[in-house]
Amino acid sequence: MSKPEKIIPLIQKKSIEALLEKGERLDGRSPTAYRSVRITVNAIERAEGSAIAEIGNTMVIAGVKMSLGSPFPDTPDKGVLIVNAELIPIASPTFEPGPPGEEDVEISRVVDRGIRSSEMIDLSKLAIIPGKKVWVIYVDIYALNHDGNLFDACMLAATSALLTTQKPKTVVENNEVKLLEEKEPLPIKTRPVSVTFAKIGSYMVVDPSYKEELAMDARLTLSFSENGDIVAVQKGLPGYFSYDEIMQALEIGEKISRDIRKHLPPIPTSASND
Amino acid sequence: MTPRRRKKIPVLLPGDKIPSIKGTLGPGVTRREDGKNVSVFVGQLLVQEKGKQRVIQVAPLKTAYIPMPGDIVVGKIIEVGVTSWSVDINSPYTAILPLSEVFSKPTEITRINLSKSLKVGDVIIAKVVAFDLTRDPVLTIKESKLGKVPRGTYLELTPLEAYVFYRRIGEEKFVETVKQKYGCELFVGKNFRIILIGESLEAERNAMHEIISTIRKYVKV
Amino acid sequence: MKMKSDQAIKLLNDEGLRLDGRRLDELRPLKIEVGVLKNADGSAYIEHGKNKIIVAVYGPREVHPKHLTLPDRAIVRVRYHMAPFSVPERKSPAPSRREIELSKVIREALEPAILVEKFPRTAIDVFIEVLQADGGTRCASITAAAVALADAGIPMKDLVAAVAVGKINGKIALDLNHLEDQYGEGDMPVAMMPGLKTITLLQADGIFSKEEFKQALDLAISGIQVIYRKQREALKKKYEKMIRTVTGGGS
Repeated sequence: MSKPEKIIPLIQKKSIEALLEKGERLDGRSPTAYRSVRITVNAIERAEGSAIAEIGNTMVIAGVKMSLGSPFPDTPDKGVLIVNAELIPIASPTFEPGPPGEEDVEISRVVDRGIRSSEMIDLSKLAIIPGKKVWVIYVDIYALNHDGNLFDACMLAATSALLTTQKPKTVVENNEVKLLEEKEPLPIKTRPVSVTFAKIGSYMVVDPSYKEELAMDARLTLSFSENGDIVAVQKGLPGYFSYDEIMQALEIGEKISRDIRKHLPPIPTSASND
Repeated sequence: MTPRRRKKIPVLLPGDKIPSIKGTLGPGVTRREDGKNVSVFVGQLLVQEKGKQRVIQVAPLKTAYIPMPGDIVVGKIIEVGVTSWSVDINSPYTAILPLSEVFSKPTEITRINLSKSLKVGDVIIAKVVAFDLTRDPVLTIKESKLGKVPRGTYLELTPLEAYVFYRRIGEEKFVETVKQKYGCELFVGKNFRIILIGESLEAERNAMHEIISTIRKYVKV
Repeated sequence: MKMKSDQAIKLLNDEGLRLDGRRLDELRPLKIEVGVLKNADGSAYIEHGKNKIIVAVYGPREVHPKHLTLPDRAIVRVRYHMAPFSVPERKSPAPSRREIELSKVIREALEPAILVEKFPRTAIDVFIEVLQADGGTRCASITAAAVALADAGIPMKDLVAAVAVGKINGKIALDLNHLEDQYGEGDMPVAMMPGLKTITLLQADGIFSKEEFKQALDLAISGIQVIYRKQREALKKKYEKMIRTVTGGGS
């Protein structure tokens, strides 16, 4: 038996579809309207970077921790980035304690792809002694309140935390890496933003709330880099999109991503970024 | 209803001593092992005269819905069984709707596919016929004004909103206002859920917004 | 964890003040916010010194599988977890033995206050997430969890408040931070139902003489009274602000 909170009352599903016929949604938004976005950085001052991202009532926290480690064997001259998202029971009566499930893993990997494919972080600048000692960046994203669209909220929290990360400067002495007191930001080139769509019946809406997610048949997340390129795409759930719907989402999504990007912290400037 | 004056209502916390008034202790109060009578909730002191009895209780500002026999509730079917349905009634206890409480005529179970009458996601107005803490609550939809809800706007209040709705404003006030102003029928469950059925979706949603904004006058979220 | 070092780290200066400027009997700054999460039935966020902890309570609610429930009372489940970014060296998200032990002792500290017989065959779930840690997290968690339980409408006979005391450079001190816990000579977390004056959590790690033990416990109890006041203030502030009576028809 599915959890009761995951089953939508059928008359409510009917209301959602009847409203969409008139171009309205449960909370009064238009189909292409995004909820209010709020980002708070440096929430966890002892982490190298941190941010809380809120989209409407959805709330997610991300923390960045950095340490020195060995590079991956196939990329000896690049730093390491590891993204881990967890849908902890705090955020929803539908989340259970335990190891990451397929939903946690999917969000982790989609956020990772958006950051990695856009080359947000210049990982080649994070190899201190190539082949031996590189910076390892851990981004841990924890959901705190689930009211829909965790994909975009996790992306916002992760990117905001990375944009405001401060890590120690390093010098190499006698083939050893020494950490200095002085701090600097990460070498960042672009700010990727994701925009998620939900398909409800024959309608598409942007930034679905929790109740809309219960009614949706399919989901499409598009990630855009600062210049409008598409850097990651993920279709989820067993429903489907038509060709036209995907093209529409591309147009609308790219526009919306520019508005959302305004909420992100700016790209940090430092000597290594020029 | 325009507010003329607003004052703070004193709130009791778990462990707070109840003033020593003569009377019997009701719900929300407990006599602790140290002999003190204390509140067990974040709530408001209520002293009621029930006939010759005076009952002292603490009404919790936020609480889960615990069914009582006789309660009318708005339920949601969450599982279809062989001889009964499981119904979510917004309570820590999932309710059972037996086949015998749906159909008046004796029915052969082999001839019936229960989901043809009620399927997962369907909304019903039902009455709690039995409940004690050792078994799941049992529902019926056989009486008049009960049954499956074919269409309408579904509203579930938070526990705090429910407190204001039931205890501070009172459901009767809403039923009248909504009928006159928007031409909508209001089905209020005791389990914090409300169904509005009207001429149009717009009428139902306007009525719903009026209910929510009235409640918000009392509760600053 | 006690660190043995060749040179004892000076945790008290010549005036008897601690490294963060506090006196021996002084609490770290404490802030409690109630009802910070919308989905949870009850929630609280606490900042105690540099500790930042969020607690969500769900319940009473159904449990699956059913055989986990008890026929005559609710079961209380506590999950204490530290976020990977909460400590200086990133911690693996998988539950450690320490988190498993702390989940248990925190549950056993809170359960005595809850009237579990009111909700047979259900579970009351308490989820604790440490977002930033600096010593005394189990005590701050208990303090926040009791507030979250009250916020959830769970019937309790009292709140539960907690603080850790310990020994640093030979002196008994209130509310150890992480450095003091690591380099001091003893650490004693204590939780109490302040109204009933009964102790629901008591652990110790280190070396205490009988007199030191008594002194430490007395100091903990006085610290707990202050924390209890802050819990009550936070709950009153939240609820009295929320509910107003409207005169002129209605009540």
